[in-house]
Amino acid sequence: MQESNRKKLVIGVIGADVHAVGIRILDYAFTDAGFDVTNLGVMVSQEEYIGAAIETNADAIVVSSLYGHGELDCRGLRDKCDEAGLEGILLYVGGNIVVGKQEFSDVEKRFHAMGFNRVFPPGTPPETTIYWLKKDLGVEEGASRTTD
Amino acid sequence: MRPVLLIDFGSTFTKVTAVDLDEEVLLGHASAFTTVDHDIGDGLALAIKQLEQKTGALSYEYRLACSSAAGGLRMMVSGLVPELTAEAGRLAALGAGAKITRIFTHRLGRRDLALIEANPPDILLLTGGTDGGNRAVITDNASALARLSVRFPVIIAGNRDASDDCEDLLRDFEVTVCPNVMPRFNKLNVEPVQRAIRSLFLTHIIRARGMTKATSLLSGILMPTPSAVLSAVKLLATGTEREAGIGELFAVDVGGATTDVYSIAEGHPTDVSVVLKGLEEPYAKRTVEGDIGMRYSASGINDVVGTENLAAKAGVSEDDVRHYLANIADDKAYVPTADDPNSVLLDLALASSAVDIATTRHAGTLEEAYTTSGIVYVQTGKDLRAIRHILLTGGSVIHASDPKSIAEHALYSEESPLSLRPLEAEIWLDENYILAAMGVLAERESDIALRLMKRELKSLGMSAARMSALKA
Repeated sequence: MQESNRKKLVIGVIGADVHAVGIRILDYAFTDAGFDVTNLGVMVSQEEYIGAAIETNADAIVVSSLYGHGELDCRGLRDKCDEAGLEGILLYVGGNIVVGKQEFSDVEKRFHAMGFNRVFPPGTPPETTIYWLKKDLGVEEGASRTTD
Repeated sequence: MRPVLLIDFGSTFTKVTAVDLDEEVLLGHASAFTTVDHDIGDGLALAIKQLEQKTGALSYEYRLACSSAAGGLRMMVSGLVPELTAEAGRLAALGAGAKITRIFTHRLGRRDLALIEANPPDILLLTGGTDGGNRAVITDNASALARLSVRFPVIIAGNRDASDDCEDLLRDFEVTVCPNVMPRFNKLNVEPVQRAIRSLFLTHIIRARGMTKATSLLSGILMPTPSAVLSAVKLLATGTEREAGIGELFAVDVGGATTDVYSIAEGHPTDVSVVLKGLEEPYAKRTVEGDIGMRYSASGINDVVGTENLAAKAGVSEDDVRHYLANIADDKAYVPTADDPNSVLLDLALASSAVDIATTRHAGTLEEAYTTSGIVYVQTGKDLRAIRHILLTGGSVIHASDPKSIAEHALYSEESPLSLRPLEAEIWLDENYILAAMGVLAERESDIALRLMKRELKSLGMSAARMSALKA
């Protein structure tokens, strides 16, 4: 069980959001793809992501938000990561991150400006996120599961 | 008759209890001042002499002891994130009966190291990082400790990937390597660390404290006193294979300097709509409030409650409160007498407040959160509302005029509705102060210790209901 070579993710649903099913699916999909996943579940605060990322030495924080308040909940997360010594940690966000019908390219721009490296629209399949995680974290395709 | 002697070397008093294993009865108890300065055996001999004046001469099959003399088991904890590995380390050390003198988080700095050097602990617990997680900080902290000029036992219980490096760095220390106290995020693993603390206490701490002369009299000083109390309340709650316990239990030990709280309960959420947050907590949980006590820490109670509220609680003037606090600060051994009715009322108010504050800090909390799916309850810590037994102990309260009303301050209260304390409970009083002795006896005779506690602890009946139910 050589786990320490696997890339480590901290995932969870941010804010006062109780959507519990999607995050379990992501947990399963990311683990299956060879990542070492710490799933914080629902109603996760920014501080919880950061504490977990420090202790687990995470390579990326993947934030889910499904109730439309993602923009408020995610504000300041990058700055807090910097403060906590997690400079340069990969930040992803996805789900129904804003309310109403907005042009996704605008939404993406705003979240990029907030310091998120990648922003995913509603209905993104886990495979897409996994593809980008592997690319951004330098995981060679096929190599990630040899350590299982 | 098969008498055994159970000894509790306290910081002030050495308490002895004799038990007959054949008849399963308490033969008697006595106490004398602890004499740690020259030979702790002197105070013990005096206590035994007083005991045997009541019981007649006894020939003991064995003698067992616990000790909190000479400052107790002083530990420091070094962890990474305050709410995570540092908290896991704190819970582990408290559960082993330690007195935590300092908690360090993140990297140990020059000032931290100076503090350690000036006042070295009996044991330092070094943790940080989940297994496979952060290894830089714990490793840096190990190398910082290695540069100290003082030496003390160190327990390494952090990221397993860093254990070997830390052990190598600390090769000049007495090192014990344990599994991580927080192997995964929010998962607690305290038992291996607690066994290591216990073992170091036996092999190193007792010897270092000049207690060896006394140990020659004993079959062994087995554990720190708080650990004996925790062991006793756990036994009382859960029972043994042959003898049932009384069920989940909340216990409060109000002392002169600190107030200790024990909960023996799972404390899981009682409702599926509750979201659990934060580090999981141990089934047998101990907390210590260092600022809450009846004498040395009476001013701490006043700081939390306020002079005005203490006066209202006791039905005296604020000047009376100030006057009394000044008096007991000068005379720590003061015992209220009927000649001074104010002192009785004030001690009752202090004790009630101590129980209230310490149990509120111990118990978990429930908060309402408004979400798009309606109201959701977020629980942090243990939900103790379903506990139906509260046990009160502590030299300064077991002889109080109304121990039941003191203990009832451990119950759920509408004044602090977020604190998940028992809704109602049967109140038990440790009136002969036997808990520590029973915890020690349980090492050899758990069935007898349990039966003795069930018989000797005094039921004061069900609490007056302070609250029928909470909406959640």
